[in-house]
Amino acid sequence: MKFGVVTFPGSNCDYDAYAACRLIGEEVDFLWHQSAALNGCDVIILPGGFAYGDYLRSGAIARFSTIMKSVVRFAENGGLVIGICNGFQVLVESGLLPGALMRNEHLRFSCKFVYIRVEKTDNPFTLECGQGDIIKIPIAHKDGNYYNFQGDLDELMKHNQILFRYCDKDGQITRQSNPNGSAYNIAGITNRDGNVVGIMPHPERAVEDILGSSGGLKIFESVRRAVKARVAIENA
Amino acid sequence: MSNKKAIVYVRLKEGVLDPQGMTIQRAILNMGYDMVSSVRSGRFFELEVTAGDGRVESKVDEICEKLLANPVIEEYRVEFEG
Repeated sequence: MKFGVVTFPGSNCDYDAYAACRLIGEEVDFLWHQSAALNGCDVIILPGGFAYGDYLRSGAIARFSTIMKSVVRFAENGGLVIGICNGFQVLVESGLLPGALMRNEHLRFSCKFVYIRVEKTDNPFTLECGQGDIIKIPIAHKDGNYYNFQGDLDELMKHNQILFRYCDKDGQITRQSNPNGSAYNIAGITNRDGNVVGIMPHPERAVEDILGSSGGLKIFESVRRAVKARVAIENA
Repeated sequence: MSNKKAIVYVRLKEGVLDPQGMTIQRAILNMGYDMVSSVRSGRFFELEVTAGDGRVESKVDEICEKLLANPVIEEYRVEFEG
């Protein structure tokens, strides 16, 4: 299988994402923002950083780049896409995921380890996780405050689209463990079909114990399993 | 063909929390002005546009909806000059 990591001008976690894919022994290509080619990749990663300087709003300009037209088409055809941090912001701006990521409630850039809880395990990106698993993972953002109107939040709940929520180290969803003011402590969501995922924390920065946590590894291993299962079905 | 200026005001929708505005309001109170009860922040753009085919208003609306404002959380208002 092959991962594809998009590089926008201002991306700064593209090499970390690349390294995480290599760490689990898979092939990975960098995909340039001005190119339309996805190189036959099975999973597209929109990495963290400050695409186009975060001008206007985070993700607002990146959304109109050449590569994003291909990514949107890929996602609409069921392709697996994960946006991490700035990548999540690009996904909400492009309409692939609902809601908006607003300025953190406390207005500060937050760079620290947090805990998130796995809310569902039937998603391609959490297949290797257990329900309620607690992952120690870093955040590094200023615009990570997930916002949506109540009716749309209800829809999100109804369709079981909340994938990760901020929690304390025991897995309790508390106000204190919410680092940015996100509604319902939301750290990651999926689209209705489950093939597009956005997550504010950085799994690619938590793939080896020497980095402080290896809890993010399961997200990469999960999607590998999902792709291999798909391939097996196609070849059967 | 004539040139116009489109002035676009973007702000958060009513009911959307604006922590920046709240922080600015606290600063104003700290400056000693106690008559300011609320501040809402926003953005402002000036677009020089060539008004050729008479559809310039609806095109500026499109630009606002697709790019300048995020319709999930923001609303906008356009004024034309010239």
